[in-house]
Amino acid sequence: MHQLTIEPGRAEHHYWKDLWKYRELFYFLAWRDLLVRYKQTLVGIAWAFLRPALTMMVLTVVFGKFAKLPAAGVPYPILVLCGMLPWQFFSTALAECGNSLVHNSSLVSKIYFPRLIVPASSVIVSLVDFMVSASILALVLLWYQYLPSAHIFFLPLFVGLAFAAAFGVGLWIAAFMVRYRDFRLIVPFMVQIGFYITPVAYLYREVVPEKFLLLYALNPMVGVIDGFRWCVLGGQHVLYWPAQAITVGWTVLLITTGIWYFRRVERTFADVI
Amino acid sequence: MDHSVITVENLSKRYIIGHQRAPTDGVRHVIEAAVRSPFRWLRSRNQEKKAQREEFWALNDVSFDVKRGEVVGLIGGNGAGKSTILKILSRITEPTKGRIQLEGRSASLLEVGTGFHPELTGRENIFLNGAILGMSKEEIKRKFDEIVAFSEIEKFLDTPVKRYSSGMYVRLAFAVAAHLDPDILIVDEVLAVGDVTFQKKCLGKMQEAQARSRTVLFVSHNLSAVEAFCTRGIVLSKGRVVFDGPTKPAIQHYLDSLRGTRPPSYGDVIDLCAFGSRPDRYPPQLRTLRLYDETGRPLGGNLSAGAGMKATIHVELEQPAANVNAEISFLTLDGDRVCTASSAYEKCRDESRLSGSVVFRCEIPSLPLVAGDYKLNVGLYIGQTEADLVEDAARVAVSWSDYYGTGVAPMHGVFLLNNRWAVATAADMVLA
Ligand SMILES: Nc1ncnc2c1ncn2[C@@H]1O[C@H](COP(=O)(O)OP(=O)(O)O)[C@@H](O)[C@H]1O
Ligand SMILES: [Mg+2]
Repeated sequence: MHQLTIEPGRAEHHYWKDLWKYRELFYFLAWRDLLVRYKQTLVGIAWAFLRPALTMMVLTVVFGKFAKLPAAGVPYPILVLCGMLPWQFFSTALAECGNSLVHNSSLVSKIYFPRLIVPASSVIVSLVDFMVSASILALVLLWYQYLPSAHIFFLPLFVGLAFAAAFGVGLWIAAFMVRYRDFRLIVPFMVQIGFYITPVAYLYREVVPEKFLLLYALNPMVGVIDGFRWCVLGGQHVLYWPAQAITVGWTVLLITTGIWYFRRVERTFADVI
Repeated sequence: MDHSVITVENLSKRYIIGHQRAPTDGVRHVIEAAVRSPFRWLRSRNQEKKAQREEFWALNDVSFDVKRGEVVGLIGGNGAGKSTILKILSRITEPTKGRIQLEGRSASLLEVGTGFHPELTGRENIFLNGAILGMSKEEIKRKFDEIVAFSEIEKFLDTPVKRYSSGMYVRLAFAVAAHLDPDILIVDEVLAVGDVTFQKKCLGKMQEAQARSRTVLFVSHNLSAVEAFCTRGIVLSKGRVVFDGPTKPAIQHYLDSLRGTRPPSYGDVIDLCAFGSRPDRYPPQLRTLRLYDETGRPLGGNLSAGAGMKATIHVELEQPAANVNAEISFLTLDGDRVCTASSAYEKCRDESRLSGSVVFRCEIPSLPLVAGDYKLNVGLYIGQTEADLVEDAARVAVSWSDYYGTGVAPMHGVFLLNNRWAVATAADMVLA
């Protein structure tokens, strides 16, 4: 017979087991968000293409043509896409993840499930968006007849890294947002600042002075984008190992503290949301 | 059979109120204050916390246990703590003290259509809602046809639910919930919506569950549903159990306590702001209710059967809105709605926007009720949604009158029916 004890602090005991038990709800929430996203209009899908395509063009013109930043012999649009795709994935995942609990407040206050499911499934949606927009990269590579190196097989690794980093930050934001609603005003601002200190539209090693390089690499997305360029551009781009180490370090830290903090405050979500 | 499936021991729940709602609590303020003078901020933060944090015990040392197959009605006024108990039992929120032991799988239905997404079709929502209520995909697939048949919306299965009428929406939502098959079913106030026939159908479905010795914990404002359906009643007041026993005495206890806490108002001018019975989520927009007899003199809480009455409802709208309607419903003291007068039934004006102070005047030419006391609920609707509600705002004692002109007084039912009869012997009838 199924037995359950409810006591203060008791939720801890079966947390991970419950998470596994509720995996179907996790699929369903991701499925719902995707369905809604791609159902409303054709524009929904077109948008997933159009947004990165237009941004790519603008960035190429502004940074490549006007500012004439160095491209190390790589077509500028490819260089931009390698930075922009992971950045857009990271920033939308983080924002969606951060908003997810508040968006699903009726679920949180009316049914039980491990709350971790909600932010996790929202990141999945951003991942699918990312895959759709990533097909632009394939088109551009074809257009320039640019054959990526064999490193391309490592790409999923870096996508995973971006995913984990976004999830880590998103967890903190989501938990914060439940209590401090106007945190949602701060997130777009963070994303905007992030865009400038992240090598989205330029090759940072050509731009950032050597002595500041390590400081610059403290931004976890530097490692991810570095990795992306290494995967696609191959030999022309050497992996900057310190940035990789820092990013992995950040990600582990963010995820563990994110989950820790989230779980600490999650039992009061239903009361304050 | 007399095995306890729910054991609740010394359950208490404390809410901290006021704190997170304080205007200075936004992040911007916190950052601003912290940046300006960090030390003062740290110090003041601790003090503020103490000052602003107000503790509130929504449940206070509640204990009871429920045996397998029992159908228990939780009864109590607004804010008594009924929903809080159900939320703790459903693990949505943690208790502050105490312990609960549950045996068997439980499913909770705290709201109709939780997780329904307006953009998705009926079919998609059945799967989504099923998963949310704890059914597995296989289970939903297996019961899918049954759910659809129960909801009576076959034709609209592939229409987004945003196009559904509210009746269809509720039917679909109930249909999914009605096919949950847990050992313990926890239901909160969900029968308040939906039309009466459908409610009956749902109760029937739940009774089926009971027949299979399911345990049900049931909250409803509808005391006759509680009486018909429950085998036991637990009365809560201010977070404590004040009565636990058979349903009928439980309901009686609750009704008596209502009389005790606030003498029912048989007055003429009723200040609707003062009512604690208003659901917390509503800002008080209904302000005053005035009752008159048919000649325009104050009613005085008395009305002879079949006489007319007039009422005015003064409303202060929070925001300008179109399609604003007021209603007065008459209920028996058991909480059964007898009839409703609503400005929505009678297009008294075009659907223009109203704002600020609004007065609704209502005239009821005749109120043919059987002698007895009746409660009046006053409600305010904006569009289809309830914007304010004051339950038991006033009482009217309907006194006997010679309604039929024959000196005979009906004692049964609630309604005086106009009727004509002819009686004759069968032989006369044929001749005529
Ligand atoms: N999340 C919350 N934060 C603070 N107070 C709450 C919260 N939820 C409920 N309360 C308070 O607890 C009391 C009991 O509420 P509830 O259990 O919803 O009552 P009811 O019997 O009407 O269902 C009410 O006074 C309500 O204001
Ligand atoms: Mg309630």
